[in-house]
Amino acid sequence: MSQPESLSLADLLEAGAGAGRAIETMGATLPLDRFSEATSLGGSFERLEGRSVVLMAGDQLQTAAALIELDGQARRIVLCPPDLEARHLAAVARDAEADAVVYDAQSQPPQGVDVAVAAPCMLPLRPRSAAPVRRHATEWVLLTSGTTGDPKMVVHTLATLTGAISRNAPQAALQNWATFYDIRRYGGLQIFLRAVAGRGSLTLRSAGETVDDFLIRAGAAKVTHISGTPSHWRLVLMNRAARRIDPDYVRLSGEIADQAALDALSALYPRARVAHAYASTEAGVGFEVDDGRAGFPASYLGEQENGVALTIVDGSLRIRSRRAALRYVGDDAPDLHDREGFVDTGDMIEVRGDRCHFVGRRGGIINVGGAKVNPEEVEAVINLHPGVHASLVKARKNPITGALVAADVVLNEGVIEAATLKEEIVAACASRLAPHKVPALVRFVPSLAVTAGGKLARSG
Amino acid sequence: MSIRLTIISQIQQVAAEQKKTLAPLADDLPLLESGLDSLCFAILVARLEDATGADPFTAADGARFPNTIGELIAFYEHVAA
Repeated sequence: MSQPESLSLADLLEAGAGAGRAIETMGATLPLDRFSEATSLGGSFERLEGRSVVLMAGDQLQTAAALIELDGQARRIVLCPPDLEARHLAAVARDAEADAVVYDAQSQPPQGVDVAVAAPCMLPLRPRSAAPVRRHATEWVLLTSGTTGDPKMVVHTLATLTGAISRNAPQAALQNWATFYDIRRYGGLQIFLRAVAGRGSLTLRSAGETVDDFLIRAGAAKVTHISGTPSHWRLVLMNRAARRIDPDYVRLSGEIADQAALDALSALYPRARVAHAYASTEAGVGFEVDDGRAGFPASYLGEQENGVALTIVDGSLRIRSRRAALRYVGDDAPDLHDREGFVDTGDMIEVRGDRCHFVGRRGGIINVGGAKVNPEEVEAVINLHPGVHASLVKARKNPITGALVAADVVLNEGVIEAATLKEEIVAACASRLAPHKVPALVRFVPSLAVTAGGKLARSG
Repeated sequence: MSIRLTIISQIQQVAAEQKKTLAPLADDLPLLESGLDSLCFAILVARLEDATGADPFTAADGARFPNTIGELIAFYEHVAA
């Protein structure tokens, strides 16, 4: 039995004790000040000690409660994302050597997993007899979508996950967090942990909740810190309820933050610090940029004082950090780190002067007759047009050059879909981009698909 | 609009967008001497697919690719017929 080297999540929570702290979704609240005397797991709690637990609770509040209870109690927590397909569950449980599952008490135990303990999770919290003693250094396993096949499982600890979170000085201003992300993925989990380690509350977006309703709730909850992807924020920017919140801090992550979105957010929330953060499930939180400009300073390359080292190999960003994951789960899993301990992010960087710019994913590159095009680079130019709300650039198969650049463009509300507008967009691209990068086909669409993770859905 | 006119007008539009100077278009003008480069042809083929619903380059299974403007027009007229 291994002794925890650092505080458990429940310890972090108690350190920031304060009456009335809570996590809120639409119509439901999880109080954060009762965990020493109450439980969501009831009599199953003791039976989960030392086990490898697949956590597939019913919603974000159940997940939050179970995480607070299981850290230090379980040997391993496998945090299932909300869209985990049933067909992957058996492989996840097998590779994680799971011997327990936590599930929504209002539904049936999941089928197809052979475990010793199936523990129903239920809210509201019920009283427990004695405060639990936490004895384990729990592994946190997060899932990332593999491009094909079963999801990849990434091993973290509470220490790696909270490495970027500074502990609040007691006199610091209260932070009330909100996020568009789901806390069952890395980006949302970061915000959940910030809220738990802080002294304020957390407002989460319920499944299916409109952006309007979420912003109105966040405003009523006096949210000071709020995070989402650039795609989430573009939805906010076109939303009448955007001014319902008056944040101190606006955080963009998970996608490339383009200059147009950063400028629009700074204009909308002049009081706020608008920052974009770089993080990935594997590499952890890399860095944050708050100078209002897209990309990041080239001075970030090399070893930083906080122990994070960045380097570029073959155009791809590599990160070495104590916040990075430890390894992948599974017998035939690839190495997560290179020989120097760096994680290859697959995010492609172009250095222009004193600035590093993200130009897309290594895999997402469009090949036009042998010349490479990063879709995000083209989108950034299209998005500068005042009539454009958002765009998605993708490959269109072509018998001459293999592929061509095609753009789906969403216009701002009230902008007329005129042929001249297409010409303007193409002309703007032609003035800034090499000819093969200019969209050969521009199509106006009413909206763009966004993945469950809040990023533009890019197919292949 | 006839396929011939559609193709001619699309060639002129692509050339204008890509800032290419077109040779006088005639049926016997070799495509590669028309002033269009491969990117222009790629764009032309994609636009014609949208306009006519046909992509004879992909549909043509082992068929000979057109070499001249006249052959290009015939190529599209053939699949449209």
